[in-house]
Amino acid sequence: MTTTDICIIGAGPVGLFAVFEAGLLKMRCHLIDALPQVGGQLSEIYPQKPIYDIPGYPEVKAQVLIDNLLEQIAPFHPTYTLGERVEQVSKQEDGSFVITTNEHTVVHAKVVVIAGGLGCFEPRKPAIEQLEEFEGKGVAYMIKDPERFRDRRVVLAGGGDSALDWTIFLANIAKEVTLVHRGDTFRGAPDSAEKVYQLAQQQKIKLILKSNITRLAGMGHLQEVVIAGPEETTTLAAEHLIPLFGLSPKLGPIADWGLQIDKSAITVNTQDYSTNVEGIYAIGDINTYPGKLKLILCGFHEAALMAHSAFKYVYPDQRLSFKYTTVNGVHGF
Amino acid sequence: MEEMISITIEDRNGTRQVIEVPDGISLSLMEVLKASEYNILATCGGMALCATCHVQVLEGLDGLPPATDAELDMLDTLPDADNDSRLACQLKIHTDMQHAVFRIRGAEE
Ligand SMILES: Cc1cc2nc3c(=O)[nH]c(=O)nc-3n(C[C@H](O)[C@H](O)[C@H](O)COP(=O)(O)OP(=O)(O)OC[C@H]3O[C@@H](n4cnc5c(N)ncnc54)[C@H](O)[C@@H]3O)c2cc1C
Ligand code: FES
Repeated sequence: MTTTDICIIGAGPVGLFAVFEAGLLKMRCHLIDALPQVGGQLSEIYPQKPIYDIPGYPEVKAQVLIDNLLEQIAPFHPTYTLGERVEQVSKQEDGSFVITTNEHTVVHAKVVVIAGGLGCFEPRKPAIEQLEEFEGKGVAYMIKDPERFRDRRVVLAGGGDSALDWTIFLANIAKEVTLVHRGDTFRGAPDSAEKVYQLAQQQKIKLILKSNITRLAGMGHLQEVVIAGPEETTTLAAEHLIPLFGLSPKLGPIADWGLQIDKSAITVNTQDYSTNVEGIYAIGDINTYPGKLKLILCGFHEAALMAHSAFKYVYPDQRLSFKYTTVNGVHGF
Repeated sequence: MEEMISITIEDRNGTRQVIEVPDGISLSLMEVLKASEYNILATCGGMALCATCHVQVLEGLDGLPPATDAELDMLDTLPDADNDSRLACQLKIHTDMQHAVFRIRGAEE
């Protein structure tokens, strides 16, 4: 079990900056995100797009902003649990919280900060009847540890960049890689598409176009994938199926934590962005209040006010005096 | 007088509604759907980056301008896209849309 002052749910830009504001006040943070990487919408949806409304940056690429935030918070040594979704937040008798993820990671914290953005990015799932039956038993929507596929037979499905990139990557690791795509061409990144065609020509991977996966079979674990093409239906032996059809955000478990929700967002008190549960704050895109704007800039402001208010839970006996970073500098721990 | 463009929208539950939009309002179909209180996410705000504004063109597909590479690329990431799939944010309201029928396919909010 990890014990920390503040557990931040969501490692998007706002959750990351909250580590800085908390750190200035000597509060330690642990971040949890359902995605395998930090950065929230910026890294997942638009890493290469320029952003023009971050104060002091006339233009900054989304991924660069995230990298800079990581550098800025490094002195405070935040800890991370990535690729796991927070399922439960329960308040203890002493006012602290126990946070549990879908993979049974448990974090104990004095304060919870929800920086969950638009919610969890959930994988889009193709309509295959037995899909859910084999989830965790061969079917996965995310590749957290490519080594798991070493010397295995893997089928990937999808036609976007991530399907292409992972096909190329796994070609060197897995025993057999098959990419199944609904269309007859790849219109994504031309370089990766070219590479995939080459690998197929060299028979390092199997490429099955204009086809859909229709059925899965196996005893307890995936063993076979049935693929329907324009002319024929093929059955492939495979231990793993990785459908890669992008992600779509859903509020998810946050709705079940006893918080006041209005249209998929948590209502907060704008004095300190606290929720209706004492000790739980909500900042960034996940919260709502009169006049709310879903902007990175607004989330940063909310993080600063939250940290000053959270201080009283972490250090109940201390008084907080406000100081500029220019006066004292940034002292990590 | 400005020409009115009449399009039919079929919701996820199959109900149809005709929407009249003036030509030259310089909005995308996604924006018109949002303004008409249809439940679509449009997470990326219309940049062809999220595919949550996926629609199926039931009638009038041929009259529409062809999809750009960015749009096709995004449609390629969807498990349920077909040859008549488009991204509503990439379709500008225009007379070429007159009498077209769109079915909303994207994930619900
Ligand atoms: C295409 C696009 C362009 C944009 N352009 C701009 C712009 O120019 N300027 C601007 O200010 N804003 C812009 N935005 C909006 C900006 O990206 C958001 O305001 C910002 O990402 C919000 O940050 P956040 O940290 O609150 O949430 P997010 O970035 O959404 O991160 C939230 C994280 O929480 C995680 N999460 C949620 N629930 C759970 C759970 N139960 N367990 C574990 N993890 C969870 C999610 O996986 C996610 O990674 C743009 C957005 C998009 C999509
Ligand atoms: S709104 Fe995101 S792709 Fe159309």
